[in-house]
Amino acid sequence: MASDPRRTAPRPGLVLDVDRSTPPILFHHGEGFRLEKLPADRSRIIYPAEPLPGLPDPDESIRQALLNPIEDDPLPSLLTPGMKLTIAFDDLSLPLPSMRKPDIRQRIIEQVLDMAAAAGVDDIHLIAALALHRRMTEDELRHCLGDRVYDAFAPQGAIYNHDAEDPDGMVELGLTRHDEQVTMNARAAESDLLIYVNLNIVSMDGGWKSTATGLSGYSGIRHHHNVATMLESKSFMDRHKSELHHSNWRQGEVIKNHGPRIFQIETTINNNTFGYDGPMSVLQKREWEWNAKDRATFITMKKGLDMMPTTAKRAIFNGWKAPYELTSVQAGDVEAVHDVTLEHCFKQHLVPVEGQTDVLTFGLPYICPYNVNSVMNPILVMCLGLGYFFNMYRGKPLVREGGVLIMSHPTPWEFHPVHHPSYIDFFEQVLSDTTDPLELEAKYEKQFAEDEWYIHLYRNSYAYHGVHPFYMWYWGASALQHLGRVIIVGGDKRAVRRLGFQPASTMQDALEMASDVVGPAPSITHLHNPPILMADVT
Amino acid sequence: MIREQLNGKRIAVTGSTGFLGTALVERLLRTIPECELILLVRPGRRGAQARVDRDILRNDAFDRIRSELLKDPTSAGALEGESFAGMCERRIHPIAGDVGTDGLGLDDAGRAMLATADIAIHSAATVSFDSALDDAVEVNLLGPGRVAAGLRLAAEERAEPTMGGLQPGECAHLVAVSTCYVAGSRRGKAPEQLVNESPFFVDVDWRAEVNNSHQARRDAEQASRTPERLTALREEAVRALGAAGTPAIAERTEQLRQKWVGQQMTDSGRSRASSLGFPDAYAFTKALGERSLVETKGDVPVSIVRPSIIESALAEPNPGWIRGFRMAEPVIAAYARGLLKEFPGVPEGVIDVIPCDLVVATIIAVAARGPKLDDAGVAQPDVTQIASGSANPLMYGDMVDHVRSWFTEHPVYDDKNQPISVPNWSFPGRGRVARQLDRAQKGLNAAERVLDALPLRGKQAEFGAGLEEKKDQLERANGYVELYGAYTECEALYQLDNMYELWHSLDADDQRDFCMDPKAVHWKTYVHDIHLPSMVKQARLKMTPGTRQVNDRTDRLRKQVLSKDRQLAVFDLENTLIASNVVASYSWLATRHLDTADRLKFTAKTLREAPRLLQLDRADRSDFLRYFYRRFEDAPIERLDADAMEMMSDLLMTKSFPAAIRRVREHRAMGHRTLLITGALRLVVDPLKPLFDDIVAADMSSSNGTYDGHLTAVPPTGEARYQVLADYAELHGLDLREAVAYADSSSDLPMLEAVGFPVAVNAETKLASIARRRGWLIEHWSKSPGAPNRVLPIGPRTVRSPIRNRRAV
Repeated sequence: MASDPRRTAPRPGLVLDVDRSTPPILFHHGEGFRLEKLPADRSRIIYPAEPLPGLPDPDESIRQALLNPIEDDPLPSLLTPGMKLTIAFDDLSLPLPSMRKPDIRQRIIEQVLDMAAAAGVDDIHLIAALALHRRMTEDELRHCLGDRVYDAFAPQGAIYNHDAEDPDGMVELGLTRHDEQVTMNARAAESDLLIYVNLNIVSMDGGWKSTATGLSGYSGIRHHHNVATMLESKSFMDRHKSELHHSNWRQGEVIKNHGPRIFQIETTINNNTFGYDGPMSVLQKREWEWNAKDRATFITMKKGLDMMPTTAKRAIFNGWKAPYELTSVQAGDVEAVHDVTLEHCFKQHLVPVEGQTDVLTFGLPYICPYNVNSVMNPILVMCLGLGYFFNMYRGKPLVREGGVLIMSHPTPWEFHPVHHPSYIDFFEQVLSDTTDPLELEAKYEKQFAEDEWYIHLYRNSYAYHGVHPFYMWYWGASALQHLGRVIIVGGDKRAVRRLGFQPASTMQDALEMASDVVGPAPSITHLHNPPILMADVT
Repeated sequence: MIREQLNGKRIAVTGSTGFLGTALVERLLRTIPECELILLVRPGRRGAQARVDRDILRNDAFDRIRSELLKDPTSAGALEGESFAGMCERRIHPIAGDVGTDGLGLDDAGRAMLATADIAIHSAATVSFDSALDDAVEVNLLGPGRVAAGLRLAAEERAEPTMGGLQPGECAHLVAVSTCYVAGSRRGKAPEQLVNESPFFVDVDWRAEVNNSHQARRDAEQASRTPERLTALREEAVRALGAAGTPAIAERTEQLRQKWVGQQMTDSGRSRASSLGFPDAYAFTKALGERSLVETKGDVPVSIVRPSIIESALAEPNPGWIRGFRMAEPVIAAYARGLLKEFPGVPEGVIDVIPCDLVVATIIAVAARGPKLDDAGVAQPDVTQIASGSANPLMYGDMVDHVRSWFTEHPVYDDKNQPISVPNWSFPGRGRVARQLDRAQKGLNAAERVLDALPLRGKQAEFGAGLEEKKDQLERANGYVELYGAYTECEALYQLDNMYELWHSLDADDQRDFCMDPKAVHWKTYVHDIHLPSMVKQARLKMTPGTRQVNDRTDRLRKQVLSKDRQLAVFDLENTLIASNVVASYSWLATRHLDTADRLKFTAKTLREAPRLLQLDRADRSDFLRYFYRRFEDAPIERLDADAMEMMSDLLMTKSFPAAIRRVREHRAMGHRTLLITGALRLVVDPLKPLFDDIVAADMSSSNGTYDGHLTAVPPTGEARYQVLADYAELHGLDLREAVAYADSSSDLPMLEAVGFPVAVNAETKLASIARRRGWLIEHWSKSPGAPNRVLPIGPRTVRSPIRNRRAV
């Protein structure tokens, strides 16, 4: 196996020009797939790079990172008996899909705890830094941290979810030079040392965003999670062009000056989402390289899924744990660490692309950061497509201004009643009134954010915060402004129209509809994602 | 001539709130400018004057006078500068009375007013073909005699001459309105003769019939109170309402008993009538009424006017004018809606219909002519018939053709906006139609029983309610066949010799202004251009497609429910806010701390018990809860409370109806108080606290940190729920008329009925049909699509939690 050239000599990303011999191309389509033939001679496909080789001994690499941090002292030297130590970690929105055990967070936290124990630290709290996301369940915490850590700390109540609405659990750290409030989880803020364990799956993650957002609440987050900021972030995956990150970095300054001492740990993983073998492996192969077995597997899988009820499909996909491998781990100073992380991230994700396109197509998979073990509702479809996938660029957007975006997803009118209660009301009440980000922000955001019932559910049940669906919509604000039309192929027509998009039943229809906007015979670019890729557009 | 005769006279009218009476009042007021009217009306709660204003003068019959007054301020007898109301006040003298009681129920003032009458027209009658025998006897049989007696007394009490010149002691002329059908069901000519002069009349003693009708009432009341009957009625009430609680069941039982007695009285009327050769109790009591009038009239000069079936006006006050939904209209409406597939009748038979203005003209002409005098100059009772059958017959088959062709051109639209095509009647015999309807009804009854036994909700339950509606319609259709079938098969020809004698005695002006000649009617024009257009308006049939009436209504009701004026919104929990129940929450909590083997055992046990629990629940909610909650004995409070919070996510929110929760929040946003009243345990619903201002739930007593399984008070279910609501409203100074209540089951009826704005949510069959009938807002709320589907309500085990392996609750 080790001799598999895919493992030892992975090929970089690729832009393929479609000609007549190009086979039909894979589109993710929720809990299913479509194969679509793209028009020859004017279409191109951007393929992600093959998975970079993982670190051969992850535990040793982690140990080295902790002992030799970047622009900081070795971790053991920061740990003293009697100190207050808080370990914050990314929640289950990362990575996507969830990774096979042991999770990187578990590997890191076990080592950190061993060092802390050796140093005689006994006041340790572990906090899931979930900002306004839903609380993680016991099972999910166990998956991230491992049973050993969970059983040792949970009974004393030392492992818990961050609660941004706990009136006694949040502190104000001050204002940024732009008068942005900075708030932080009280326990984290009052600790002698705050260790933040990151899982950086895309270039948006990490840096000051970890603490400034992950451990903050509505009053701090609203300064960058808003329409104006998102319109200034081109893209929000490109930290230096992202107003979202600039604001977080300003808040970081306040944290640096008035908050706890921070020891940042960041990690990157490779593109090994579906494995080198097994039924899913075909999904990260290029179509013209599918062999007979791949074809058979794919057809069987597709037919099987098409026949299954949604709940069964959902159970299967949610059960898939990705065999990601660690490609880098670095610890120490927040900004210095993050720069290294970005390099590793880009190394895996960036694919150079020349010029923009009239029509951008992609298939949306079954998962986005906000529906792990849940339902991908129409609002999340919008966010994954126009927020995440659209923003997977550096330089210029893949699609030209006024161009058309065609996405493929079943977009069912379905919601998880426990995880997304405010989404349901957002969809029924807000979107039926307006889909304009600025208008709905002005008219409804505050009401949803301060709603007592949503706050109750966020704190005590497993619900995303009342304001969260707004953020989903803001995430796509820049794309909404940029695009001439959005078409969803194979989606629930009512749901798609409620989103303000146009439904099409086939890719052919969608391309016809697109030509109304961009003219006949437009250029087409297909983003073959996942596994993740980021277009470096020149 | 007529005008001259009647001007300057005061005319007393009974039955002026009825169809014929209203037309008569209008016609007299408008065409006899100098007459005055005394209207004898039942005063009701508001008094005689108010009844005249509301129930007579507001009728659209008077639109014509109003518009003529606008054109010519002194027309229709108005004085210079006098308004319509002013004129009515001057010319109309209401007196409170009732022809159904001896002495007409008049007070002194009323008697004094009646003494000033020159002429009396008695048109009060119980025209309903299915009225109770004794009611019909009181009004139709005894009424005319009572009026005559009243006029005799008035003559004696009269101190000075009347406007028209009647001297003290001189009796006013009484024109009594009867019906052609007093001739009974027979074939051939029916001349204008007194009933007892007919060779076909079976002369019974009308006094004995009166006594017997009273006896029949006593017997029916008696029979309705036997234990067997009362038990049966109570069972019927329970079937209709389910577990609605004792007071509601009792109320319904009494309603059913009264209905049963009424049915008995209708039946005795119909059977007595047919035993004597009359189509129904109406014709029968009218016939005996004529008989008793002639026998007891004394010195009162009497004329009898007998119309056949009175229908909408030919021309006066307006073409097509009609008041109320009368005999033929419900049948025609049912036909137009496609409900009456068949109706009995002989196509070549005559359907004797007469426009109401012709009848009014005849009455006025008879009144103007005065009593018929014999050669000795003594007034003799005389009869004038006004009918169409002999002079200008409308064949039943032709009429059906006219109706069908009109509705084919102007179809009624169903709720899906499709035109309804009217059926083709084949004129079968009455027996065959009745049998067909009976069979259909039996089938529906059986279907309904099956549906009733199924635990249906929401849309499926609506289907059940639809079935019930069909059943009602069939029942009504059956009723029409039973009631009116006799009329379509009646082949008597009413002779009009006296009528034509009177008609020919009129001068040209009178003939123009008081047309009573049936030959003036062109039947096709009458049916197509006059009767049906007016009838479909009256019946509010949907004649144009497009308007989404159902949704409009729902939207309107929703707006009312969410109006600023509402004060309180009260919600039930199970099947209103969430699709779950106490058994589910118990089993969730109980299994949470069991290991796998025990969970299986528990599940098997609960499933085994389920049918019995369901039965107990259906019989009496609070008994069920009391029995069931004992299972929480010895359950540790602290752990249960913690588990309840988890259960909110795993069970309550998962099975919640997002639209319901949104509605609660909308009410709060409107500033309404929100209240949850549920039989569920407080610990189960406590996590829902932030949703409501207050929660009333079942409280369990506890000691030493564990629950003891006993409730501290009656659980708020059924009528107890109503009491809780009433107490709550009083405590907070809220008006129940401004309250909205949401519930799913007929056991919530007391609560739903108590509030001004009841809403049936996902209603089970019984409530669905009740809500539909009463026009309540009906909401279908469902779980969020995409919600995890759990077959059994089993708590996810707190896997390796530190407090595991303890005894389950």
